[in-house]
Amino acid sequence: MSSQISRKSGLNPDMKLAANIYDKVEKIPTRDGYGHGLVEMGKDNQRIVVLCADLSDSTRAQWFADKYPDRFIEVGISEQDMMGLAAGLAAVGKIPYVSTYGVFCTGRAWDQMRTTVAYGDFNVKIASAHGGVSVGADGATHQSLEEIALSRVLPNMKVVVPTDYWETKKATIESARIHGPMVIRFGREKVPVITTPETPFRFGKAETFRFGNDVAIFACGPMVYEALVAAKELEKRNIDARVINLHTIKPIDEEAIITAAKETGAIVTAEEHQVNAGFGSAIAEVVVEHYPVPMKRVGVLDRFGESGEPDQLMVEFNLKSTDIIKAVEDVLRRKKR
Amino acid sequence: MKHSVQDMKKISNEVRKDIIRMTCAAGSGHPGGSLSSVEILVSLYFNVMKHDPKNIKWDERDRFILSKGHVCPVLYATLARRGYFPVDELLTLRKLGSRLQGHPHRLKLECLETSSGSLGQGLSIAAGMAIGLKMDHRNQRVYCLMGDGELQEGQIWEAAMSGAHYKLDNLCGIVDVNRLQIDGWTKDVMCLDPLKDKWEAFGWHAIEVDGHNIEQLLSAFGEAERTKGRPTVILANTVKGKGVSFMENKAEWHGKAPKKEEAEKALKELEAQACGCA
Repeated sequence: MSSQISRKSGLNPDMKLAANIYDKVEKIPTRDGYGHGLVEMGKDNQRIVVLCADLSDSTRAQWFADKYPDRFIEVGISEQDMMGLAAGLAAVGKIPYVSTYGVFCTGRAWDQMRTTVAYGDFNVKIASAHGGVSVGADGATHQSLEEIALSRVLPNMKVVVPTDYWETKKATIESARIHGPMVIRFGREKVPVITTPETPFRFGKAETFRFGNDVAIFACGPMVYEALVAAKELEKRNIDARVINLHTIKPIDEEAIITAAKETGAIVTAEEHQVNAGFGSAIAEVVVEHYPVPMKRVGVLDRFGESGEPDQLMVEFNLKSTDIIKAVEDVLRRKKR
Repeated sequence: MKHSVQDMKKISNEVRKDIIRMTCAAGSGHPGGSLSSVEILVSLYFNVMKHDPKNIKWDERDRFILSKGHVCPVLYATLARRGYFPVDELLTLRKLGSRLQGHPHRLKLECLETSSGSLGQGLSIAAGMAIGLKMDHRNQRVYCLMGDGELQEGQIWEAAMSGAHYKLDNLCGIVDVNRLQIDGWTKDVMCLDPLKDKWEAFGWHAIEVDGHNIEQLLSAFGEAERTKGRPTVILANTVKGKGVSFMENKAEWHGKAPKKEEAEKALKELEAQACGCA
C-alpha cells in the first residue's frame, strides 16, 4: 500500500488557495458569500426566490431583496410558516432560499424541515446563518451548535458547511443546480479567506488542501483555516499533516475518508459545532465501519455557548489551531507504528 | 366535467362506504374525521377544482393540500372514485408496500401534492403555492383542508397572517369543524371559539356552511373565488363519523377502525342512505 501513497507535501497547488493564508490573511464573513451568491444567481435565474424571517440584514438576504424585490418574501418572525411557504413555492417550480439563524431553521422549525420539506423532498434550500460560538456576544440562544446533527439525520437532506467567503458563494450558487432540500451553514463573523474564485468547489467531494501522510485533519467551516495553521506548526515538529476540507457533510465523501484513514493511520476532525452527532461523528461513522484508526474530534464538547468576543470564545471553547495540535499529538501517540 | 349535486350525493355515499371498507381492511386508521370531510372533498374533486386524472401533473391544475393528513382515507377514496387509481387499491391502505400510506406521502402517490401527518403545516404550504402562482400571474387556485382541532397548532395562525398579508385571494382554506378531537370536544380540550371572529380578525373572508350540504359548499366555493384582495376560509360545520349512527359525534372513532361486524353494520346503514339519495 505504501508504494501507492502520494509523497507530496505542502499546500495542494491544484486548490489554487489564497497566497496570503499564513501572512495577513484577508477576512470576510461567510454570510457575505451567501448574499453575493444569491444576487449573482438571481440575475439570470428567475426561479430563485428568497424568504426571510425578520433577519434580512444579518442573513444578507436583504442584498437579494434590494435587487429583486418581487422575488423576496418577508414572512415576519414565523420560521415554521416560512419552511412551509418555501415548500409551497418549490411545489410550483420556484427554488426557494429560506434565510434565518441556524437555531431557528434547523431547530425551531425542525419538524417542518422533517415532515414538509425532507419527507416531501421539496427543492427547498435552507440558509442556516449564525453558526457556531463565533456569533459572539448574543450568547448561547443565538449560537447554533446543532445544525449538522439536526439536518444530516434526515433522509433526502443534503448538508454543506463552506469554509470561507468564496466557498459559501460557490456553494450557494451550486445548490440551485442540485435538486432537493439542502442546508447551507455559515457564520456571522469575519473569517479568513483561504480559497480564491479559482478554487474548485465540487459538491459531495472532499478537497485536500494540504498534502501529508502522518495524520489527516478533516475540517469544515472556519476550522479549515485553523487546521492549516496547525499543519504549518506541526511541520516544524516533522509531522506532516494532511488537511482536508470536507464541506459536504451529506452526502459524505466516504472514499476520501477511507483513503485518508488507510494512508495516514490517524484522523483528527475539527468543527465549530457540537462534536456529538456532528461533523466529527459523521466521519467517525465511516471510519469505524470501514477502517478504524485512532481518532480525535475537536469541537464543542457538550456545552452551550456563552457571551463574549468571538476570538475569546474560540479559545474558551477549544476551537483554535493549538487545540487541533493537541488532538494530533493525542492520535499520534495512539497510532500503530 | 362538473358533476351535479345529485351525482355528488351518490358519490359521497360511495366514498363513505370506501372509508369503512378500507379502514376495516387496514385494521387501523381514522374513520371519524374522514366521514365528516366527505362532501368537502367530493365537491372539490367532482365540481370545483380544475384538474385532470389523466394528466396528473397538469401545470394548470388547481391544488388541494390535505393539512389534516390523518383523514387520508377520504382523500384516497375520492381520488380513486374520480379515476386517479383503481378503487380496488383502496384496500391496500396502511399495508407494507402500498402507495396508500397511513398518512399521505406524495412520493408514493403521484396525485398527492404534499406529505402530511404532523398537524398544522398544510396552510403554510398552500400559502406558499398561492404566492408562487401569483408571482407568475397564473390563475390556478389552492385549496387546503384543515381540522378544527388542528387549529390549535400555532403555525396555522402564522400562515393565516401570511395569507392575509400577501392578499392571497387564490387561496381557500376549509376547516372541517366537527368539534371533536382525540381527547374529546374541542371546547373542553382547547377552546377555539369564536372561530369565525378569529379568522376575520386575521384578515380572512370567512363563510360558515353546513359541511354536509353540497349546495352550500358549492355556493361558498363560488363566493371564495369571487372574493378579491384576501383569502377565504370556509368553516364547514360537520358531524364527526357522519353517516354511521354509532360513530357520529364520538371522539373514540377519531382513530379507530371498525371491526368486521361493525363495518358490516355501517355499510348496511350507508346502503340504506344510498337509496335515499338515488
